[in-house]
Amino acid sequence: MSMIERLVGRTHGPESNGHLPVDADLITDAAQLTSRPSPWEAVQAARNVKRPHSLDVITRAFDKFQELHGDRGFRDDPAIVGGMAELDGRPVVIVGQQKGASTEENIERNFGMPHPEGYRKAIRLYRLAEKFHLPLITFVDTPGAYPGPEGEERGQAEAIARAIFTMTRLRTPVIAVILGEGGSGGALALGVADVVLALENAIYSVISPEGCAAILWRSPAEAERAAKAMRLAGPDLLELGIVDALIPEPPGGAHADHDRTVAAIKTALVAQLAKLERVPGPDLLSARYERFRAFGAIGDTASAPPPPAVPWWRKLPLMRKR
Amino acid sequence: MPFGRKPKEFPSNLWTQCPDCGEMLFNKQLVRNLSVCTKCGHHFRMGARERIELLVDKGSFSEQDVDLVSGDPLAFTDSKPYPERIVAAQTKSGEKDAAIAVTARIGGNPVELVVMDFEFMGGSMGSVVGEKIARAAERAVATGSSLVVVSASGGARMQEGTLSLMQMAKIVAAIARLDEAGIPYISVVTDPTTGGVLASYASLGDLVVAEPGALLRFSGERVTSGTVGEKLPVGFGKAEFLLEKGFLDQIVPRAQLRDRLAFFLTSFRAATQDVRWSL
Repeated sequence: MSMIERLVGRTHGPESNGHLPVDADLITDAAQLTSRPSPWEAVQAARNVKRPHSLDVITRAFDKFQELHGDRGFRDDPAIVGGMAELDGRPVVIVGQQKGASTEENIERNFGMPHPEGYRKAIRLYRLAEKFHLPLITFVDTPGAYPGPEGEERGQAEAIARAIFTMTRLRTPVIAVILGEGGSGGALALGVADVVLALENAIYSVISPEGCAAILWRSPAEAERAAKAMRLAGPDLLELGIVDALIPEPPGGAHADHDRTVAAIKTALVAQLAKLERVPGPDLLSARYERFRAFGAIGDTASAPPPPAVPWWRKLPLMRKR
Repeated sequence: MPFGRKPKEFPSNLWTQCPDCGEMLFNKQLVRNLSVCTKCGHHFRMGARERIELLVDKGSFSEQDVDLVSGDPLAFTDSKPYPERIVAAQTKSGEKDAAIAVTARIGGNPVELVVMDFEFMGGSMGSVVGEKIARAAERAVATGSSLVVVSASGGARMQEGTLSLMQMAKIVAAIARLDEAGIPYISVVTDPTTGGVLASYASLGDLVVAEPGALLRFSGERVTSGTVGEKLPVGFGKAEFLLEKGFLDQIVPRAQLRDRLAFFLTSFRAATQDVRWSL
């Protein structure tokens, strides 16, 4: 966000030029938080079935929402919803992952796990936003992309890759909001944005804590430890720079008061959008590129010990494990 | 200890059994045959160095970004700390991380080539892999040479948490710029390429070619069969399956890979150098 702030200016701090109250009510520094939930509490909160899901946010924060269906290739995936609406009078395109609030709805929505056609619908809407210069707003809330055989058959990996690819060069402002669970590549396919916001108790991780525990600790019961080690909770994401700001949740969590949560989301979206619309298109793309290009932790190369020579038989092909 | 033999130092695997046909293969012969079974053509996994030797014009390559090593952004510890795991993997493989980047020529065409090594922590993609591929793509944009990435990876590296997820976006952003600059990018997927690697740059080549029998899946065996609650058919998620479903351009046997790449790269270059199109 710093690069975008350099481009448009900010209202507070030494470089202030008094243009916009952009960061109103957002948490941009983990030190602003009065209490930090434990990572495992954050995981539970992010998965709370009563939490506001994409359509709850869309219907409350936007006006005149018109849902648009289908990927024009296979079918309409109910785990990804999208369409056009007005945000504070400004037409925008919205794409969000949709979980259900009940078991029946969750079965219908496939528990928020999109199929490839869902991502292809998303790509279609991204292109639509770009063509008509409409800002794109995405809502991330998924345990991950659907891992079943139908997904594999229809190219789950390709669909996600193509969605990320499209977002990186989309010539329109993009804001992503992580509402609950940001599960791996399936979440990133909606998460490449100029500004990435997250609700205070949202999580975003490369693998589910259960999956990580199963692989590294060889027991899914160690999920709590895995959640802690992976640093997937909101304040951690803020410290690592993965999200630009956290949207505060009302006392008791987002599920306690949908209206207040959505009001905070709307305020944040309106302010960020006003900021992004001031950035010229090519600068926006450069800033987005630099935002993601900067991620990585490269160690001290000088102090690394040279690895010892490999005995020749180590270089021979090993038998494949069956 | 009879005859002063040091048991630990003695190579126990002079022979390798082919997992497909059961043939016992003499290792030296196997290496000479590019780690392909002489009887049934089963493709064994191949180390990154051997792969580079196999693909590039003799003596034409120089390694890039040799010194990049991974940091420990999360201070991650499971049964042992992440830095210890890295050192163990470095000791085992002799490499600094799971990818090697070189500038080379293939059939006379200048290329930026990045080869992943499954031996290094399952070829997992962390900051170093991300940085090497992103830099290679940026070099390709700057110099106009083509990009070739040979993938072999279990996916994103868990020990770097969400930062390794961000590597997917970082690499794909660099490849998207390459695409805009009209520079060829060929993705070669080898056994196994799964998870976040397949769901990002490995699927985005102008051409995507695979080796025979390579396992190419978005999600792991256990996850998928856990979801359907039954065993998957034999060959599910193999290269041949993906070719049938339309997600690969070709399956290329290892012995032909270099010539095939050279043909594609030469053809692409001929097209980009054709002045009629640049007027």
